[in-house]
Amino acid sequence: MTTLAPGFADPPLAAQAAFRRLLDAMARPGTVLSLEAPPAPPPLAPAAGAIALTLCDADTAIWLDPALRTPEVIAWLRFHTGCRVVQAAEEAAFAFAAQATAMPLDRLSTGSDEFPDRSATAVFQVARLGAGTPLRLTGPGIETTTTLRVEGLPPGFIEWRRRNHTAYPRGVDVVLVAATSIAALPRSTAVTVG
Amino acid sequence: MSLPGYNFAYLDEQTKRMIRRALLKAVAIPGYQVPFASREMPLAYGWGTGGMQVTAAVIGPHDVLKVIDQGADDTTNAVSIRRFFALTAGVRTTERTAEATIIQTRHRIPETPLTAAQILVYQVPQPEPLRKLEPRETETRRMHALADYGLMHVKLYEDIARHGRITLSYDYPVLVNGRHVMAPSPIPSFDNPKMHRSPALQLFGAGREKRIYAVPPYTSVESLAFEDHPFHPWKANEACGLCGATDSYLDEVVVDDRGGRLFVCSDTDHCTTRRAAGHRGAAAGHALAGAGE
Repeated sequence: MTTLAPGFADPPLAAQAAFRRLLDAMARPGTVLSLEAPPAPPPLAPAAGAIALTLCDADTAIWLDPALRTPEVIAWLRFHTGCRVVQAAEEAAFAFAAQATAMPLDRLSTGSDEFPDRSATAVFQVARLGAGTPLRLTGPGIETTTTLRVEGLPPGFIEWRRRNHTAYPRGVDVVLVAATSIAALPRSTAVTVG
Repeated sequence: MSLPGYNFAYLDEQTKRMIRRALLKAVAIPGYQVPFASREMPLAYGWGTGGMQVTAAVIGPHDVLKVIDQGADDTTNAVSIRRFFALTAGVRTTERTAEATIIQTRHRIPETPLTAAQILVYQVPQPEPLRKLEPRETETRRMHALADYGLMHVKLYEDIARHGRITLSYDYPVLVNGRHVMAPSPIPSFDNPKMHRSPALQLFGAGREKRIYAVPPYTSVESLAFEDHPFHPWKANEACGLCGATDSYLDEVVVDDRGGRLFVCSDTDHCTTRRAAGHRGAAAGHALAGAGE
């Protein structure tokens, strides 16, 4: 018999606290915030687990990269959120990748012209936030420009972001996760290196 | 603490997750209306159920909530919504703009400038700015998809052709982030400039119409106009009778049955704060001054 790691100790209050951080992160792109996250079964990062506990349920299909497709992670997500784990990335409302290179960038849903909100949110686990490659960000939520340093972005990420931004208002929204830290790059943010 | 027998902040967790997912998408696409599965609330549609659902999905036990109705903290709608969240979420409430972390509003933006630590939640009756021009949702949705806002410009042009000026004084349409035309809710056009690059996060909930939308901080919010007919925020050309303010939005109040009228600040906190600081208007000491204190 395997034991299941716990989820939020007090779901209404913990989910509210996590959501406010997520809302703040999405409203102020590039800001690195920390989540109070219970330990999730590795290799799922605690902050990625907290995002799933906060936003996923039977109404959301989620896609996991091969590294995350372990019986422990799937059992934990299914038990605590009741979400559906799908094989086709196109169907996913949330895509989680423990190895950022495994994120199927061009297969994620960008929504339609009429319903750009029916798009995926991609949760990338990266090595570090606040150190590494500097990304220069502009757009809504940013007073002038801001710099977010990320270690462990997949190759081709900047080029994908450029295409993603060109398709606006369609697009995929990104949350970067490292341990218990998060930073968001909504589709409205223009990203360049430097 | 919160009311026994009810979940924290009234809504069940699945509903909150649905609203929270919609809110995040709304923030990611400023000005775009995200459909959501609006719930029945314990008051009728039209009384701020959209704003309440947004507030319920956002609020936490450490928040301080202010609720205003046309700028006033002391109307039935504002008082009952404030009491609702004090009861179901156990939060502290306030009438002071500067003390609040969440401000739910019907039809005003406070005069006190908002900060990055505040969230403004609007109650919205009609989220679709094009609805009076095009009744079909399929068509308005396509217009937003194509950024085809010619119809709105024709409406504004016809106003000018007929009346010599754009006659909208409230719910004046805005262009958000240079892309989506958005209804700012029926705030006076006087308040429109406060939305532009506001440091506060602005969230909009329309309960009956089942839409959520948002304006993130520091986002461009431009009132529609023409080069030769620039936007003019409208305001009564008077001073507040109680506090003497000339830069705040004023309500005209009938004070007796002999045609007596008084202009007073619509923002009761603004007026009270000014009077406490010693500002006096021409009708200082009027019985109306007691109503908010």
